[in-house]
Amino acid sequence: MNAHRLGTTQRRFVVEGLVALALVVAPIVLPMLGAAPNTVNRILVWGLFGLGFDILFGYTGLLSFGQSALYGTGGMVAAYLLTKGGFPHVVAALTIGTLAAAAVGYLVGLIALRRTGIYFAMITVAIAEVFFFLEFNPLAEWTGGENGLPGVPVPSIDLGFTTVVFESGWQQYPFIAFWYFVGFVVALRIVRSPVGAVLLAIRENPLRAAAVGHSVHGYKLAAFVIAAAYAGLAGGLLGLMQGFMPPDAFMFHTSGELVIQTAIGGSGTLFGPLVGAAVWLFLQDFLQSTLNMGASWKLALGIVFVLLVCFLRRGIVGAVFDLLARIRRAIPSDAAAPGRAGRARPAAADAAPAVSLRRRPALGDGPILEVKGLTKHYGGVLANTDIDFSVRRGEIRGIIGPNGAGKSTFFKMLTCEVPPTSGRIVFEGRDITGKSVTEVCQLGLTKSYQVNQLFDKLTVRGNVTIAALAERRGEFRLDLLARIRHIPGLEAQVAHTLELVGLADRADTPVAELAYGEKRRLEVALALAASPSLLLLDEPLAGMSPAERVETVKLLRSIAKGRTMVIIDHDMDSLFELVGRVTVLQEGRLLVEGTPEEIKNDPVVQEAYLGGMHAVEGT
Amino acid sequence: MITWGTFVSQLFNGLALGALLALISSGLTIIYGALGVLNLAHGAMFMLGGYAGYVAYAHTGSFVAAVVAGSVFMLVLGVVLERLVIRHFYKRSPEDQLLVTFGLGIVFVEVVRHFFGSLTRTLPSPGLVSGITNLGFMYYPTYRLALVGIVALALLALFLLLYKTRLGMTVRAGIEDPIMVDSLGIDIGRVLMLVFGIGAMAAGFAGVVNAPVVSIAPDMGEAILVQTFVVVVIGGVGSFPGAILGGLIAGEIVSLTSMFDPAYSQIMLFAAMTLVLVLRPRGLLGVKGRE
Repeated sequence: MNAHRLGTTQRRFVVEGLVALALVVAPIVLPMLGAAPNTVNRILVWGLFGLGFDILFGYTGLLSFGQSALYGTGGMVAAYLLTKGGFPHVVAALTIGTLAAAAVGYLVGLIALRRTGIYFAMITVAIAEVFFFLEFNPLAEWTGGENGLPGVPVPSIDLGFTTVVFESGWQQYPFIAFWYFVGFVVALRIVRSPVGAVLLAIRENPLRAAAVGHSVHGYKLAAFVIAAAYAGLAGGLLGLMQGFMPPDAFMFHTSGELVIQTAIGGSGTLFGPLVGAAVWLFLQDFLQSTLNMGASWKLALGIVFVLLVCFLRRGIVGAVFDLLARIRRAIPSDAAAPGRAGRARPAAADAAPAVSLRRRPALGDGPILEVKGLTKHYGGVLANTDIDFSVRRGEIRGIIGPNGAGKSTFFKMLTCEVPPTSGRIVFEGRDITGKSVTEVCQLGLTKSYQVNQLFDKLTVRGNVTIAALAERRGEFRLDLLARIRHIPGLEAQVAHTLELVGLADRADTPVAELAYGEKRRLEVALALAASPSLLLLDEPLAGMSPAERVETVKLLRSIAKGRTMVIIDHDMDSLFELVGRVTVLQEGRLLVEGTPEEIKNDPVVQEAYLGGMHAVEGT
Repeated sequence: MITWGTFVSQLFNGLALGALLALISSGLTIIYGALGVLNLAHGAMFMLGGYAGYVAYAHTGSFVAAVVAGSVFMLVLGVVLERLVIRHFYKRSPEDQLLVTFGLGIVFVEVVRHFFGSLTRTLPSPGLVSGITNLGFMYYPTYRLALVGIVALALLALFLLLYKTRLGMTVRAGIEDPIMVDSLGIDIGRVLMLVFGIGAMAAGFAGVVNAPVVSIAPDMGEAILVQTFVVVVIGGVGSFPGAILGGLIAGEIVSLTSMFDPAYSQIMLFAAMTLVLVLRPRGLLGVKGRE
């Protein structure tokens, strides 16, 4: 999957060149194989429709069953302009249809993206159904209702001195192939752009994508609008190709076929929908005319589809990619082997934080974080009660407390993952209470998680790149055609972060192949790459072997230079080595604060941890 | 001009449709709640139940036999499907779950089309409750009145099963915290199998009892599925009371809008769903458990 190559250089224009070549060769080769031109054109229209859908589903993980609404909208607007509207310019009509579909997609997306997962799927189904009814009844005057819009002219381009007309069949092929090619090149640029990288991150782990500072909602909406634009363009081409805009473009089975074709071909590959459409339409022809199955072809294809979903998870193109990857791995290459050991190498000299692009208010020695009366109640459970807490700039603070003391809840409130029941959080002189986790990360406060929250299908470098992108580009930016490696300072920042956590020689390893200790360090790296001015670490040593702990403590000490950090951990020996002051929480309240020495000797703390034991000894 | 009589009769129609939607949606929502799988084949199962009843009626001439056959057939089919297909998808992505149930739905529709063709079939109302009843102020088809009662009984049975039996308690606990139930040593696998079967049976039962009102056709499930989604979004996913409330609301919206212009009924339904999503994203009676 493209994911693995994220952030590395790609050979330019190879894929584009191959697609162009295939499109040029197709009308020469395919007729020899007995393919009808209309079938080929139809496959291209479905493939174009699917390019946008693949960005939405394959890359962002949003399975919409409502694409028919946008396909129909784009098609109807273009067809209306060219027929009843009396508008003569085909390309302009296609463009207007595409824009209309994108605009409708924006509105639909606003509603559908209020929820995720299955809710999203259900809402898109319902929306598509509404568009179908709108087309059939209230808007029948414009759309022709159940008759559709006949008399759509064949595509033509007015070049000023002459007009090129694309009559039908193979003559129409160049026109449709041209649009497919344009759509493909744009889609490829999008999935390789910073936005594409963020979309993948959202698919892999939306929670972490938001926590490292990306506006998940904004990017999802962008993906929805992109998919809508593709649907609109494909719908417009459908009308031109058939000379008639059919009302059944709006029907649920249109959305369903798109989903099926994409799944058969393989989602997240861009080629999948095209291959899926080819399989679907050729099998349909084959089953109907050669095997004389009549109407039962759909039953056969339905069974094929179910079996494919069960056994060939990544579709045909995905399976081919996997096979190629396996062949490539089987051939030993000397480039792939160095340094598998994964040493933790705390870089001593260059541990200063990378130069951040963020403009931060330059405050003096005052507290970087100040918390007043922070309280969190879950129903009757008092997780945190009335905590006052403050951290000075440059301080390394430890938080300890028995299990259930409310340490993690406290961190979650600080990063605004959960809203406090009452109380105020002031970070760098700014009240951040009630902000989102994304905003707070963009302000320079983030944490590493107690349970790893990584982007599992990406490489180590890919993971860190996602976090660094949020720091470089801010919460939301629509640089759809930009290249990741052209973002100033990004590569250096990623390399620096990897160096810092000792994962530089594991940069191109997929997360799945990392050892646990390495994953823990990557977890810290994700937080570090956001260049936070205050870094919270939730049990960075949890689950590590003694040897790994020693390495990680060294690593944390090197990170600590020039940073402000708050660390929760149960390993008090390691923690006390690292921090200047310690805060003790017990049963959701702040028990005591002091230097490690003071805390070690504090009778109240000993009581809190060992109270039960004293009681046992006493009896 | 809308008369008082039309209004009341539409109100009754809405009640009948609403009760039916409530029953189908409860099946969908308990399956989702317990298994975490949104069953896109649910509409097709509703249709399949109707056809199973139709076949049984054609052989026996008894409506009761049709209802029993349709329900039992769907229960068995549900259990078999869960064992053969669905349970292999618990650990896969929600998207894969949607794809496989969507595919199964297509297969059901096409199997029925293969054997019965695309033409509609009808099931006569059972003799006892056929004809028309004089309600004093209007005449109303007796079977529709009976339908409200029949579906209410089915919902009651489902309620008793969910809230008054051990199985029901396990299912509801599983909806709120499946991991905990599993760690308590309860064979959650068997419970899930039964839940899928019961959910399928609810759809199948609804399919048969609805058949005398609307004639059955292979693709009738699609529209019902969409309405069921709206019901579940309005009521709240995983909530049995939510499914009932959502069902009644949806039924009345469709029915009362149809009084003015049937074309707008789906649009109003959608508007209601949007309103709920904006004001209460979790649904009217949504539970916290699964998201």
